[in-house]
Amino acid sequence: MKSRTPLLFFIFFCLVTVAGIVLGEPNDVFQKAVTICLSCIGID
Amino acid sequence: MERFRHIVQIVSALLANCRLWITPSSPIYKGPLKHICFPGLNCYSCPAAPWACPLGALQNVFASLKASLAAGKMNLGLYVIGSLGMVASLVGRMPCGWFCPFGLIQDLLFKIRLPKIEFWRPLSIGRYISLFLLVFVLPLWFVDSFGFGQTWFCKYLCPAGTLEAGIPLLIMSPELRTAVGALFFGKLGILSLFVIWSMVTTRPFCRAVCPLGLLFGMFNKVSWLRLRFNQGTCVDCHACELVCPTGVLFATGKDDINSTKCIRCLRCYVLCPGGAVTIEFSSIMKGENLDIEGCNRNQKQGET
Repeated sequence: MKSRTPLLFFIFFCLVTVAGIVLGEPNDVFQKAVTICLSCIGID
Repeated sequence: MERFRHIVQIVSALLANCRLWITPSSPIYKGPLKHICFPGLNCYSCPAAPWACPLGALQNVFASLKASLAAGKMNLGLYVIGSLGMVASLVGRMPCGWFCPFGLIQDLLFKIRLPKIEFWRPLSIGRYISLFLLVFVLPLWFVDSFGFGQTWFCKYLCPAGTLEAGIPLLIMSPELRTAVGALFFGKLGILSLFVIWSMVTTRPFCRAVCPLGLLFGMFNKVSWLRLRFNQGTCVDCHACELVCPTGVLFATGKDDINSTKCIRCLRCYVLCPGGAVTIEFSSIMKGENLDIEGCNRNQKQGET
C-alpha cells in the first residue's frame, strides 16, 4: 500500500464534501434531522 | 489506555447527546448542529441529540433520490459520503471503538458478570446485507407513487433508534403512544435481543449488523492510521485474540490485522507482550510510512 493513498483518499473526500455543500446538501440533511423520524422509532 | 478509551467513549456519548434543555413542546433539537453528521450510530430523533445520524442521512438520500431527480434537484449524498470518507480515510473504523455511543452501551453491557459465549463468525456477513440491502438497495428500489422510498434499516432494524429515540419520545409524548403498533414492539424485541446478546458476547451489533461500521471498516487498510503485525516478534501467547472485542484473529492468520472487523480499540497493541502489534501512520510529507515500532516499544516499556 503506497503511503500517499490515505492523503489522496482524504483530499478526494474533502472535495466530495465541498461539492455536497455547494449543492446545498447539508440543508437536506438538516430538514430530515429536525423532524421526528416516526418510522425510526417504530411508528408507521 | 483502556481506561482512557472508556473516558473518551463516555465524553463522546455525552457530546453526541448534549442537549439538556428537553421540553415536551420541543422534543427534538432543531438548531444548526443538525447539519452535521456525528461519526457514530446516534439517532437524530433522540431528544438529547444535537447532531444528525450519518446512516439515517444516507438512507434518506437514497430513499428520496428518485423524487429529487424527478424534481430536477441534485442530492446524491455527496456531503454525507464525503464527511464519512474524510473520517474513515484518516482513522478507518476507529470511531466505532472510541466515539460510538451504541458501542459504549455494548461495552458496558458486556461487563455484567454472566457466562460468556463466542460470536459465530459467519454472522458477520450480516453487515454486508444490512449495508447493501437495507441502506442502499431497498430505499432506492421500493418507492411510492411520488418516488419516495423508506429508510429500511432505521425502520425495521436499528436498535439504537428504539433505545435513544423511540422509548424516550414515547415517555415524553402521550400522543405518540396512541400510534404505537406491532412495528414498535418488533423493534423493541430486536433491541432486547441485542441487549441480552451484548451481555454475553462482545459487540454483537457491531460484528453482525452495523452498516456504518462496515463503511468505516472498508478503509482500515488504506487509512492514515493503520496497525501492523510483526510475526517475527510474536510470542504466540494469543493475548491479542483473547482481548479483541470483535474477534480479529490475525495472530493465527485467519484475519488481516486491518480487517473490516477491527474497531481500532488498540487493546491488542497495549497488551501484546512482545511488541508484535504496532501502530503505523502514513507519512504524508515524505511519501514513506512512518514506522514507529521503536517508539511503540519504548512507550510500552515506560508504561510498565
